[in-house]
Amino acid sequence: MKKFLIFTIFIYSLLLISCSKKDSEVIDYNKKFMINPGGSLINAMTGEPSNLIAMIAGDSASSAIAGNIFNSLIKYDENLEYAPDLAESWQISNNQKTITFKLKKGLKWQDGKPLTSSDVLFTWKLITNPNTRTPYASDYQLVIKAETPNPLTFQITYADSYAPALDTWASLHILPKHILENEDINNTFFSRNPIGSSYYKLDNWISGQQVTLKANEKSISGPPFIKKLISRIIPDTSSQFLELTADNIDVMNINPIQYQRVFPAKKDLQRKIELYKELGNGYTYLGFNLKKAPFNDIKVRQALNYAIDKDEVIKGVLLGLGESISSPYKPGTRWNNPNLNPYPYNPKKALKLLNKAGYIKNDKGILLKNGKPLKFEIITNQNKQREMTAVLIQRRLQEIGVEVSIRVIEWASFVNRFIKTGDFDVVVLGWSLSLDPDQYNIWHSSQQGPGQFNFLGYSNKNVDKLLEVGRKELNILKREKIYHEFSKYLLEDSPIVYLYAGYSLSAVHKRVKGIKQPSPPAGIYHNNYDWFIPKPLRRNEIME
Amino acid sequence: MTAYLIKRILWMIPMLIGISLISFFIMHLAPGDVTSNESSFNPRASEESRQKLRELYNLDKPVIIQYGLWLKRIIELDFGNSFASHQKPVLWERKDKSGNITKGLIQESLPITLMINLLGIFIIFTISICLGTLSAVRQNTWVDRSITLFVFIAFAIPGFWLALLLMYWTGVSNQWLPISGLHSPGFENLSSFGQFIDLLKHLVLPVSISSLSGLAGISLYVRNGMLDILHQDFITTARSKGLQENKIVFIHALKNAILPLITIIGLSIPGLIGGSVIAESIFAIPGMGKLFYDSVLMRDFPVIMGILTIGSVLTLIGNLLADIGYAWADPRVRKGLVK
Repeated sequence: MKKFLIFTIFIYSLLLISCSKKDSEVIDYNKKFMINPGGSLINAMTGEPSNLIAMIAGDSASSAIAGNIFNSLIKYDENLEYAPDLAESWQISNNQKTITFKLKKGLKWQDGKPLTSSDVLFTWKLITNPNTRTPYASDYQLVIKAETPNPLTFQITYADSYAPALDTWASLHILPKHILENEDINNTFFSRNPIGSSYYKLDNWISGQQVTLKANEKSISGPPFIKKLISRIIPDTSSQFLELTADNIDVMNINPIQYQRVFPAKKDLQRKIELYKELGNGYTYLGFNLKKAPFNDIKVRQALNYAIDKDEVIKGVLLGLGESISSPYKPGTRWNNPNLNPYPYNPKKALKLLNKAGYIKNDKGILLKNGKPLKFEIITNQNKQREMTAVLIQRRLQEIGVEVSIRVIEWASFVNRFIKTGDFDVVVLGWSLSLDPDQYNIWHSSQQGPGQFNFLGYSNKNVDKLLEVGRKELNILKREKIYHEFSKYLLEDSPIVYLYAGYSLSAVHKRVKGIKQPSPPAGIYHNNYDWFIPKPLRRNEIME
Repeated sequence: MTAYLIKRILWMIPMLIGISLISFFIMHLAPGDVTSNESSFNPRASEESRQKLRELYNLDKPVIIQYGLWLKRIIELDFGNSFASHQKPVLWERKDKSGNITKGLIQESLPITLMINLLGIFIIFTISICLGTLSAVRQNTWVDRSITLFVFIAFAIPGFWLALLLMYWTGVSNQWLPISGLHSPGFENLSSFGQFIDLLKHLVLPVSISSLSGLAGISLYVRNGMLDILHQDFITTARSKGLQENKIVFIHALKNAILPLITIIGLSIPGLIGGSVIAESIFAIPGMGKLFYDSVLMRDFPVIMGILTIGSVLTLIGNLLADIGYAWADPRVRKGLVK
């Protein structure tokens, strides 16, 4: 809320000072330019990376930087299908339990040492070592045997076929054995001074201020066009925006107000800055505590789902920059069931369902069952969009006679005091739209213990079964069917109301070329090594 | 005097233990620990791994035992490592066996905050003393009134708002000053004088913004002190001796009027290590305010306790210095004539 306030005041202030900037020279950014390597790109991030060893760090800033330095065995291409990275090919055995990765030939670390299957084996041993402080070990502990028959082959065997396996190998950065062998991975210089294999390597890191990467000439896929990536740490997004306006940074993530209101009003910004939007990686939902009355009644849940106007929420909160969804998968990907539709806004139907559930309106317009009003509290964490969402929902539900109060809580208290103890009625929260369809940890009835992720208490035998089968099925078409079916049950049972999947919005200076517009499903950053800055458009203050 | 000093210093020990005990318990009253930050709310992260982390950091033990462990370390002046995944030392740098140095969190943030605050205090005091004296000498004229008005506006104006406006004006429409951060890109290629100028340019806005709100208090303090003094008998005597008005104001009156400021300077010593979260976020300055705020949100107990301990030590030292300074500057206090 505070940030929002700051931002609004800032916008009005901008209007107050009539800007009188003169342009000395007009550069036409839309011309065709030659590709030639060189130049620096400056982007802004709100937080400082904590640790460049991704298996230990959990923050997004770390993974953003580490992703430019390290490779995985495989990666996702622009359409979110698996593509070769360190491995040129991979093969799944007939019993679906063994996966064999063939590494590309001649791979090298940035220090010139060869990168072989023993590095991969080392990384697997590291992440499954009980002394390693990683939260992600469980997926890799399912591997019962890992072998390296030769330096170019890495073979793993699972006790039981495990469908998300490829996804887990696409997210594991391979680390150099020759450097980390005798290091304590939990507390090593390597986390701030890494040796990687990808397009960039660390150049220097000024604590709290900026992280500079430079092109890795020994990169396995050849050096990138842009020679330097500078990430400046600017916690406040209004300041980031001023830096962008003043040409001091090239890339930043913007919010819907900046996208819909500020940019259209400012011609000089439009001239030099290009906006991109892509579906983000998460969705926001309203979740019911299914162990509590009245939410254990499916009619009540469905009624509330009908009573919430999702389009209104998207318009009000995201200024239209989002989509409504009907399954926990990205629209447009294979896992999303195209035959499902969100619950339409229909307050009459909602009332009918509530009547069936035993709630009758009294003369004051309040819904009562056995003399008790239908009344609950929505809790959410300090997140401006979620707070606004809750307010809009509150109003719509009030119209049909449901009394809703809202409580906003700081994150750690939110989780420990309310989520873990199950002491809540309704939450507004978000989940990620994961690339692998497996949602066992969130929806399987066995995952309801304290600290586990089915904290809503959802349990449906059919869904349990589908989730179990879906984890074992590696055939992609069969798997697709399983998760389409799963999404259908989930939508029908309505344990959550899907509210929206917001767009992720970026503003990039037009000096940066080679970005796909409109952005592919994987987003604009997936090919940042193909971006380039034509010579006439480069900054001259940074010497190379 | 020496006995008094020793007594004061010895008293600091139980005070410190009390302060740290209370802060430790209050800190643990907030629900959650380092394993419950937002990024660990990830279906891929298992509860077992979080439990493992809790055991490793002794977070599963009763608070009083955790306090004992902390006290035992702190007595050896070991502030420990941060719970965050970078595991940086809280206070001072650490060298590993191959000679790589990891700097301490406070070690990195403190110089920046200290520099800004010292500059700020210097500016506040110089300007306030001038403004205060001027308004006292010209009491109830338009000069006095406009100075009072100005310092109150400066006090009341929201710092972040003014900061953004100034950033826009000096950074975007005119490009006189950098907008945020402490260094320009390409900083490492500048000469050391160039680096110094670059740093100063970056500091202009943050220091001015943080000084503005401090003007009101101190300048009114000086004004009132000055008025008191100017109405005292010895000033009348000086006037009747025919001394120049300038001499009276700047030598006889001012010296007496700024005496109470010594207490204020002493009391502002602990404030030197604290930074404003909002100002540091807006100007992208990695200072102590942001460090403390982030560690509270993360429940990074060693860092929170480290900053609180240093803060309380400085507060106690500041109080002591203020008392000593007062005695040194004012013979009446030294001789026990006034308390």
